[in-house]
Amino acid sequence: MSKFKKKNAEGTPAISTASLPDIVFMLLFFFMTATTMKDTDLKIDNILPKANQTAKLHKKEYVMYIYAGKPSERYRSSLGGSDRIQLADKMSYPADIKNFIITERASRNSEDEKYLTASLKIDKNVKMGLVSDIKLELRKIDQLKVNYTTAQGNPVE
Amino acid sequence: MGKKRGAPPEVNAGSMADIAFLLLIFFLVTTTIGVDQGINRLLPRYEDNPVVPNINQRNILPVLVNNNNQLLVNEKLVDIKDLRQTAIDFIENNGNGSCSYCLGKRDPKLSDSPKDAVISLNNDGSTSYGTYIAVQNELVAAYNYLRDRECKKRYGMTYTEMDYIYNDPASKATEGLIEDLKPKVEKIQDLIPMRLSEAEPKKN
Repeated sequence: MSKFKKKNAEGTPAISTASLPDIVFMLLFFFMTATTMKDTDLKIDNILPKANQTAKLHKKEYVMYIYAGKPSERYRSSLGGSDRIQLADKMSYPADIKNFIITERASRNSEDEKYLTASLKIDKNVKMGLVSDIKLELRKIDQLKVNYTTAQGNPVE
Repeated sequence: MGKKRGAPPEVNAGSMADIAFLLLIFFLVTTTIGVDQGINRLLPRYEDNPVVPNINQRNILPVLVNNNNQLLVNEKLVDIKDLRQTAIDFIENNGNGSCSYCLGKRDPKLSDSPKDAVISLNNDGSTSYGTYIAVQNELVAAYNYLRDRECKKRYGMTYTEMDYIYNDPASKATEGLIEDLKPKVEKIQDLIPMRLSEAEPKKN
């Protein structure tokens, strides 16, 4: 009788959590290597349209980003409700694209300049008028390589 | 003191997991996963007075998009689902019989050969960007379909793959890779040139 009693009192041994930090660190390192840092804080809505005839963008150092869209809810009172362009962290007008590209080019190796691509991240509800203004500015400054950055999916559905 | 002398007390590592979780959550929030992808296009060079080329009407496929995001192709209302096939039929129509790799029906109303075929895309200023991308996607898909088919037949590799490697800055590292691909890529581009012309949208 006393034999059984003793066993009950012992209970199941606690699961060792000593390896938990190792597991979490492993996850941490995975995410640190597999992801890239966000470098711009978007002040606009930016839901990309879908497309499936896409190519991957090359390394980040060969890409510059031009964003466009409606200012998001919390900025709408100060920035208005019409479509705007955002370059790096600044809200801009099409005329500012020229200087932006010159600075972007200057910050890179001149050898890599021919690989430099302008990635257009434009919200799907932006009107084409603004998009063609952007394209016209890009053509004027001879930045002819563009990538209409999209989400993956079938646009027809 | 009541404490015994001897081995120093062990550091409690119980909170290590919490610290690691904190770091993990920080990285999850501040980073984005995956690479960007999109449709690569080359814009035409800017000219003050563009020359208007003289092109036979049958070699142009006019695609008009209005402000209600409706499509008008060759003066017919077309659903966007049918745009890709319409474009493929137009490009490889092979009207004058000079294209040995085309499977077209030789319709007298459509293009002479892929080298002559031009797709003219015309937007309204208030067309939405989403529709524009959908149309671009379908037209690029039509060209990619024909180029991939031809490239696969000749070199056993799709054009999309080949073009990506050719344009990747990382390919510079492999000796002779770009030199090897260059004539192939150019051959396909010559056989089926992507002639997608875009007019300035009408302002209103």
